Amino acid sequence: MSDESEDDLILADLPDDELVQQMFDDLYDGLKPEIEEAVHILLDRGWAPYDILTKALVGGMTIVGRDFRDGILFVPEVLLAAGAMKGGMAILKPLLAETGAPRVGKMVIGTVKGDIHDIGKNLVSMMMEGAGFEVVDIGINNAVEKYLAALETEKPDILGMSALLTTTMPYMKVVIDTMAAQGIRDEYIVLVGGAPLNEEFGRAIGADAYCRDAAVAVETAKSFMARKHNQMATA
Amino acid sequence: MTDHLSRRLAETPVIMADGATGTTLFNMGLSSGDAPELWNVDHPDRIRALYRGAVDAGSDLFLTNSFGSNAARLRLHDAADRAFELSRVAAELGREIADTAGRDVIVAGSMGPTGDIMEPMGTLSHARAVEIFHEQAEGLKAGGADVLWVETISAAEEYRAAAEAARLAGMPWCGTMSFDTAGRTMMGLTAADMVAMVDRLPHPPLAFGANCGVGASDLLRTVLGFAAQGPDRPVIAKGNAGIPKYVDGHIHYDGTPDLMARYATLAADCGARIIGGCCGTTPEHLAAMRAALDAHTPGPRPSLDDITAALGGFSSASDGLDGADAPARTRRRGRSPRG
Repeated sequence: MSDESEDDLILADLPDDELVQQMFDDLYDGLKPEIEEAVHILLDRGWAPYDILTKALVGGMTIVGRDFRDGILFVPEVLLAAGAMKGGMAILKPLLAETGAPRVGKMVIGTVKGDIHDIGKNLVSMMMEGAGFEVVDIGINNAVEKYLAALETEKPDILGMSALLTTTMPYMKVVIDTMAAQGIRDEYIVLVGGAPLNEEFGRAIGADAYCRDAAVAVETAKSFMARKHNQMATA
Repeated sequence: MTDHLSRRLAETPVIMADGATGTTLFNMGLSSGDAPELWNVDHPDRIRALYRGAVDAGSDLFLTNSFGSNAARLRLHDAADRAFELSRVAAELGREIADTAGRDVIVAGSMGPTGDIMEPMGTLSHARAVEIFHEQAEGLKAGGADVLWVETISAAEEYRAAAEAARLAGMPWCGTMSFDTAGRTMMGLTAADMVAMVDRLPHPPLAFGANCGVGASDLLRTVLGFAAQGPDRPVIAKGNAGIPKYVDGHIHYDGTPDLMARYATLAADCGARIIGGCCGTTPEHLAAMRAALDAHTPGPRPSLDDITAALGGFSSASDGLDGADAPARTRRRGRSPRG
């Protein structure tokens, strides 16, 4: 911790627009207590929980996501930022449920069988929440049965699968093939990601898209959700 | 007493390492999601065949099938209590193949990452990581590995934990990281960062370098990044044979043996002294690399353009070392971040 005088900044003294800007900085720097404090201040000032989520938290995480995508920030910084965002989200979540705020979409996400790596998955999960999605994280080492059970229970719009190993990435195809065999493949948007993968691999195994990193996952998920809504509107 | 690898490094300019373990075992029928290390006990003949494939193709050094035989990874397969045993058997089988090779071959005990994120970002403590790696290291030592071979690491903290484990086991070691994110490791380390980190270790590796990552071109850019720092110890290059594609139900890497042969000689000219492949590198690739290295007359250090002309483009414009990074974000206020 620093004892520099700037740390004496009083969040409650800032007008709304400056406070939101400050939250962007604090998210970027991963300052969880400051984010929690600012969320409370905005609530006290009568902000709707949904506005705090979208204008302050999602806005701030968008900057983090962009810099992550561009190779300016790396995993440790993003984990800290996401941790700060989660602090704010924890306050807003019950309020959002009460106020019936609009839902961007829902995702079930998990790392495939044999793969213990959850760094990438956790990043996607946190960035998706940061973008306003509801995320159900089913953890690591998921056999196809666990994915199918989660789809059945959670009824998400999107299924996300992650693998970090050459030895586990083919398992994604096992899951997609099983979904197809049961006739449910087209009910979901299937996104895949993980270090050894690429777009061509994603296409070859029958996923809707390969997402290079968490920021791309959010952009891709949003564009698929927009298409889905358009289809429903014209249907 | 000088260890085996140090002796070879003193004798020969370039040591050729091996290729892929995972890709090769898949081709022998390993199912996706299953632990390759269980085969050390369940199908030792397949593991012998894996090792022999590298030796017969001309590798001077091969890695044991123990990448994931640590307690953190094996717990996925309800085998956390078998970390020592599976590591030991991996090295024993390796010893057997090396000792009957009819020439001098080094057995390197592979140690992959735990898969957990270390404190303070994650939950794995330094002490626990050291304990996990140490158990694996003792198994590899008991099985007769010549050197420990830590690979595919992305966090400096985890590399340091593995170094500490090697010290506790009283073993010489080598350690490579995977530079797969815009020329850096997933945790943001540049090639220069790694050289600085390695230099500060109390039990430094005999050699250090890069493995896996994204394709052969990127890997050589990283090797040039090491070389630019004038490192004190030999550099390892173990790149993937191109990028993975899904063909007829299995993973196929698109790099040809010819491409990997060019990669091997370029790696030598970039300054690497231990050269091998990683994912997708089959014995066929290794044989081509061996022939190319044997026929190679050392040349000047290649430029980035030489590398892309020979092997294809990079996955990112910058590797964080050319000063081309976007400027740091201008913050409204100078709150000092994270102490």
